[in-house]
Amino acid sequence: MRKWCTLLLIAAMALFGAACNGTGGGGKIADDNSLEQIKQRGKLVAGVKYDTHLFGYKDPADGQVKGFEIDLMKELAKRMLGDESKLELKEVNSKTRIKLLNGGDIDLICATMTISEKRKKEVDFSRVYFMAGQSLLVPNNSPIKTVHDTKGKKVATAKGATSGNNLKSVEPGAQIQLYENYADAFTALRAGQVDALTTDDSILMGMQQQDPNFKLVGGQFTKEPYGIGLKKGANELRAYVDQFLDQIIADGTYAKLYMKWFKQAPPQDLPRQAVQASPGK
Amino acid sequence: MDFSFLEFYQQEFYDGLWTTISVSLLALVFSLILGTVIAVLRISGVKALAGFGTAYVEFIRNTPLVAQIFFVFFALPAVGIKLSQFAVGTIGLSIYTSSYIAEVIRAGIQSVPRGQMEAARSSGMTYVQAMWYVILPQAFKLIVPPLGNQFINLVKNSSVLAVIAGGELMYFTDVATTEADVTPVYLFVAVVYLLLTVPLSLLVHFLERRWLGKESS
Repeated sequence: MRKWCTLLLIAAMALFGAACNGTGGGGKIADDNSLEQIKQRGKLVAGVKYDTHLFGYKDPADGQVKGFEIDLMKELAKRMLGDESKLELKEVNSKTRIKLLNGGDIDLICATMTISEKRKKEVDFSRVYFMAGQSLLVPNNSPIKTVHDTKGKKVATAKGATSGNNLKSVEPGAQIQLYENYADAFTALRAGQVDALTTDDSILMGMQQQDPNFKLVGGQFTKEPYGIGLKKGANELRAYVDQFLDQIIADGTYAKLYMKWFKQAPPQDLPRQAVQASPGK
Repeated sequence: MDFSFLEFYQQEFYDGLWTTISVSLLALVFSLILGTVIAVLRISGVKALAGFGTAYVEFIRNTPLVAQIFFVFFALPAVGIKLSQFAVGTIGLSIYTSSYIAEVIRAGIQSVPRGQMEAARSSGMTYVQAMWYVILPQAFKLIVPPLGNQFINLVKNSSVLAVIAGGELMYFTDVATTEADVTPVYLFVAVVYLLLTVPLSLLVHFLERRWLGKESS
């Protein structure tokens, strides 16, 4: 009797696994009514960061999610559905965003996601809307000055992100520790549990604004073009988003938002297409 | 399903499995010691000690393990106590599990009829002798099966270390999902946890039947 119970348990586990697979892989063969669906339901659901200053951050003071990417999405909702209040935000992180997109929980990802060859197999990307590069954040009194000083040091980053592997390929001696998200990784840095934090400089700048006891060092050692992530085969929606980005760059809206958040003019040479470039690859 | 990640992450999974097993075993030993002490405090009859025991059990049992782990790892460095993930895991799991074990041991001892203690004492045994020779051998059979269940929980609970980059099985599972398809990775780790816990579960059933004469359910 007990043996049967055990067998049943294992069978149930396997079924559970298969069911998860079913929802996870469904995105690949979706019919392309991506844009129609959004317009019909009158609501655009965007997966954004809630923990990343300057891009997508839930302000504890008023509970509002704010940032460059949030403003981009509001602008998109305004131009697509006529009203920025028709935007629904959903919190994602590097670990969950692709699963949520392919599971149908969100229409698109605008969450500091680097366009990489590997991710291109799982999702489609819009044109580049931001060019970041990976760097290091360390305490002001840290002996770490360059990437190679991370040899033998503990360096935090977030699960699901490529940052850990990038640093490993530049400096194999770095000890990478992956936390659930960047907020936890930053907490670990502030608690002194790690010696440095590595990810895109765009994210590090936000952390530094939050706590001036830390500084950026090591320069940009990768090229991280950010793109909006869309379900594979959602070509209509992707074309719309591309056109939208081209439009706001041309009419100055993009420059205005860029200035608002990064206190500088946007780069003139922002490429339309680019993929992640790191020294190891 | 694509299980090729097993080859790529082989070393990580071995390391993770080893950390899960060693953290669980260490925490088992410490939580048994701590749990016994707390149980004895609770049944000592001394009001202050019993009160402390009760407060300890209720506080630890009624707060989330993940909050306790975060507190030890992230908050204690502010007062100069900086511990490695392994140490945080061992300490955190020991304290958490000890509150459950204390209750199991207390219930076991208290289920031995009072007359046994009184008879032993009136035969000239000291309190400790009566405990050791009369009460505990009888309580032991009642205690071991639920203790086994607590150990199963302990093995599973060690997975919360993944949130502080703990380097155990669940952490490397998360790491593997960075590069690999999630379904086979999580399915694989579920089977590994089952391989750890199902034998324990069968052992608990075996002991229950043997000592308590319970029919298998």
